[in-house]
Amino acid sequence: MSQLSRSDVANLARLARIDMTDAELDHLATEMDVILAAVARVQEVATPEIAPTSHPIPIHNVTRPDVVSASLTPEAALSGAPAQEDNRFRVPQILGEEA
Amino acid sequence: MITRSAHEMSAAMVKGEVTSEQLTQLHLNRISAVDQQVHAFLHVDTEGALAQARAVDAARSSGEKVGPLAGVPLALKDVMVQKGIPTTAGSKILEGWRPPYDSTVVSKLKTAGVVILGKTNMDEFAMGSSTENSAYGPTHNPWDLTRIPGGSGGGSSASLAAFEAPLAIGTDTGGSIRQPAAVTGTVGVKPTYGGVSRYGLIAFSSSLDQAGPCARTVLDAALLHEVIAGHDAHDATSINAPVPEVVKAARSGDVKGMKIGVVKELNGDGYQAGVRSRFEESLELLAKAGAEIVEVSCPNFEYALAAYYLIAPSECSSNLARFDAMRYGIRVGDEGAASAESVMNLTREVGFGREVKRRIILGTYALSSGYFDAYYGSAQKVRTLIMQDFTKAFASADVLVSPTCPTTAFKIGEKANDPLAMYLNDIATIPVNMAGIGGMSLPCGLAPEDGLPVGFQIMAPAMQDQRMYSVGAALEAALLTQWGSPLLSKIPALAGSK
Repeated sequence: MSQLSRSDVANLARLARIDMTDAELDHLATEMDVILAAVARVQEVATPEIAPTSHPIPIHNVTRPDVVSASLTPEAALSGAPAQEDNRFRVPQILGEEA
Repeated sequence: MITRSAHEMSAAMVKGEVTSEQLTQLHLNRISAVDQQVHAFLHVDTEGALAQARAVDAARSSGEKVGPLAGVPLALKDVMVQKGIPTTAGSKILEGWRPPYDSTVVSKLKTAGVVILGKTNMDEFAMGSSTENSAYGPTHNPWDLTRIPGGSGGGSSASLAAFEAPLAIGTDTGGSIRQPAAVTGTVGVKPTYGGVSRYGLIAFSSSLDQAGPCARTVLDAALLHEVIAGHDAHDATSINAPVPEVVKAARSGDVKGMKIGVVKELNGDGYQAGVRSRFEESLELLAKAGAEIVEVSCPNFEYALAAYYLIAPSECSSNLARFDAMRYGIRVGDEGAASAESVMNLTREVGFGREVKRRIILGTYALSSGYFDAYYGSAQKVRTLIMQDFTKAFASADVLVSPTCPTTAFKIGEKANDPLAMYLNDIATIPVNMAGIGGMSLPCGLAPEDGLPVGFQIMAPAMQDQRMYSVGAALEAALLTQWGSPLLSKIPALAGSK
């Protein structure tokens, strides 16, 4: 039985912000079936009384005093930018306005 | 000189037999001679390495006190950021990126005077067990160039086996330090989770990722471990406790009275005959050295692989959301009135490889509403069960042992189209990451049927990393007595070698 249809995978790809070709979607839909069948084994032993573990060691929030300390210069922070303008990251339009 | 251990190279520098500049040049020459065949490196920083080496030489000759690894060259896995040096994590999406800062591991290496030769090849974002998932082509195992060097840190392990570097840095999320070490006849250690800072380590699966030392001897790994370990305020998961005394343990190699637990479930069916026989022989050597061998059972380990392939993809689907084509990395399709979202979608399609996409989609599914409890939630419960298995096992043994991998190195291309077969490589290494404990792999011989290296895995409770080094050093010494020379002295010469 197929667990994930091609349109399910297309929806996941949309959520994950990855354009995919039809061939990729078809291929992934087939692979996901096999992989999901294998990983679903976790359900055999995951009974309600077991507490989940998200992290191997206890996690505590780490804070520092609220004082100014050394940080990247604007030039360093922008050094890897695909595009920049006026000392800022230049990005494609994020709203639907006319270009 | 280049076949010596880092410790011996350091001693030679102290005695004035060689300078760091000469030592570094010898390794750069070796890289030029053999790396076209091995492809361990993605970037070689010739000028930077020589400058670092000269600085160490100057400090030493002016009588300044320098550390035990000062002037020794090292290969850095390309997932670790180094200021101004191209860093890709094996992905096309970061092609050309030069980080504006140093990771904590790199800062510590620089402070210790370790000379960074360059960046090593890896499976894209550390997702893989063969280095075939690198966007820049596979690395070849120096034992047999048609075979994989392990993964994800195949560049680091291959650089050691090819004598291109005596030390390397790896990262281990499900076995990416230990499995490459096993299949190349080298030593690799995954420290306790939180033992080495993750600041500046490009994240794959944050609750599992851990950087660690790769070397050709147990002592060298310990020396490097001590350099890179320790608390770091820049990493919220860094453990604020003294670094375990790993160098002391590696020097003593004393296992008298130690209880060594053989994990019943990590041996037997599915493990290659030669892997099993070398493993059994190693147990006998440890018993002769004074350890007590006991058997332990970890029944939930059989679910570890399934849980891992839900937890790691889930965390990666979140971590890799940062590659959005806006602030760094490549940007594709930014033309005319293209929206930010369409640019992001297209960039991620072009920039990510097949395995990365596969895991992002799997993780997105496992975390999605309606499936979360059945998949990610269940995997987190299995994680609890695995930790309970370890707790019980460590109640009757000081360390646990197993073969590192079920098989020796397989052929390049053999498993590339079968994700599940590829995932099985990590069956014995994954439980360690799930529990956040320490794991080491060291060479225990060649499998008689194919003449390829076999790895012996040692696991220790959290923050008891020194126990792995005691056992590792004891076994290494016993094997060396038996062999007469290190395992790597048997490696076939590469073309272009002198």
